[in-house]
Amino acid sequence: MKLTEHFQYGLNSPICLTWELTYACNLACVHCLSSSGRRDPRELSTDECKAVVDELQKMQVFYVNIGGGEPTVRPDFWEILDYSIDHNVGVKFSTNGIKLDPARSRQLARTDYVDVQISLDGATADVNDHVRGPGSYGTAMRALENLAEAGFAQPKISVVMTRQNVDQLDEFKAIADKFGAQLRITRLRPSGRGADVWDELHPTAAQQRQLYDWLVARGEGVLTGDSFFHLSAYGEALPGLNLCGAGRVVCLIDPVGDVYACPFAIHDEFLAGNVRSPGGFEAVWRESELFAELRKPQTGGACRSCGHYDACQGGCMAAKFFTGLPLDGPDPECVLGNADAALAARSADFEVPKSEVDHSRSAPRNSRVNKREPVGLTLAPPARRPVRDCDASPLADMAPAGGVPVAGVPVAGVPVAGA
Amino acid sequence: MSSSTPVFDPERPYQRSPSVALREESFGALVYHFGTRKLSFLKTRMLVDVVVGLESHDDVHSAMSAAGVPEAESPAYLRALAGLASAGTIEPREIP
Amino acid sequence: MPPIEHSETADEAVAEETLVEEVSIDGMCGVY
Repeated sequence: MKLTEHFQYGLNSPICLTWELTYACNLACVHCLSSSGRRDPRELSTDECKAVVDELQKMQVFYVNIGGGEPTVRPDFWEILDYSIDHNVGVKFSTNGIKLDPARSRQLARTDYVDVQISLDGATADVNDHVRGPGSYGTAMRALENLAEAGFAQPKISVVMTRQNVDQLDEFKAIADKFGAQLRITRLRPSGRGADVWDELHPTAAQQRQLYDWLVARGEGVLTGDSFFHLSAYGEALPGLNLCGAGRVVCLIDPVGDVYACPFAIHDEFLAGNVRSPGGFEAVWRESELFAELRKPQTGGACRSCGHYDACQGGCMAAKFFTGLPLDGPDPECVLGNADAALAARSADFEVPKSEVDHSRSAPRNSRVNKREPVGLTLAPPARRPVRDCDASPLADMAPAGGVPVAGVPVAGVPVAGA
Repeated sequence: MSSSTPVFDPERPYQRSPSVALREESFGALVYHFGTRKLSFLKTRMLVDVVVGLESHDDVHSAMSAAGVPEAESPAYLRALAGLASAGTIEPREIP
Repeated sequence: MPPIEHSETADEAVAEETLVEEVSIDGMCGVY
């Protein structure tokens, strides 16, 4: 079997995983996939974090992608970083750069097995700050300067591709070259606050083509996090595994220890368990119902008859879920337009699934129920029905959602588009 | 990864690189190189045994026979090992 | 890509000279 086939059936341990250390964040990006802002009082303690690292070491997880929120606002971030590296678990952390002053940058340059990824969503301050907030561009640039000055080898610059920055691809590459960094571009998903801005920010069909063509022509050395395999139907598959790793080779551990299939799927439907339960993370990874379901051979459903299914695999589970599309049908951004009819058929008051996990700092966001309380922590894994192929209503499993979308409600610190 | 990797020489002793983590799976092994961030998949148990056994043999050939590599497959294994050497997964071992 | 209809045995792996397969670790969807 090819490697990718082994991966589809799941492994005994993840190869790597995303670990969101905190929901606290100094920024309030409009598209935040984890709806971060406020710290959750039930966050894993320093000792609990170290226990997670011990498990990952025992399971031989090769490395963790630490994020959040903004992971460096946890005072124990540096302690957890060192502990992880000392216990054979490599660390890449994703940051807006706020704490990367010259001293920390020098410290990182001295540290083996750590990788730094700076988030940036515009090659110019106006484009970036529109999404990430005033001053965020400057913060990112300062961090990149400090890392370069300290001799930190090849940080990553990670860009979420939007309607507003697709034309800046060459400029992003130039910024990366200037700082000795490697460019990474990733797909916007309608997850977390991303759902609120999806309609206005996700690339148009023409821009998807533009993005694909750029990757083919100039994408050598540009990382993609394998997030564009839905574009493979345009032609040659892009480099990478081209498969959804959620629950199979990767997953998410969130700040309160909840384990989800993927960081873009923070919703009860994709909750596999909690690391505080008996058996810890290992038991969740190896025994959860949700992951067992995801590791079954996928039939492809409505996409099976499409000649491109082998390359695109039906696209992204989270993108489908959070646009209210069936999981066994086309991706909302299917390049052949196969989802267009289903999207258009949704009625005007159609409500997409909304996660109750919301740590945003601002007052009622558009299209959200005003639910401010964090999800109650259960000590045992909830009896959870696995994700089902849905050939009837996409909302078949959903509890009815309340609230009416209110467009144009701003996120703190960000000007309202078109106001 | 150095661009001046020495030519693979199966007459010499080798070892798994210290920058590499190896995790056995039912289908062979996953190998992760912390420096290059490349993930490799060793597709047979026999190849895994060769790689793991390198450090206790004086040359690659004896590591291969100790792992039971049949003569007929020797060229394919040597090619695979040469690839692993240029990827930095295995490296020449200094003889004390 | 032709469908693979059977599990590849060790012999087949050798015959196809695909004893080692390589992929970039960033090529995995679902992580930052």
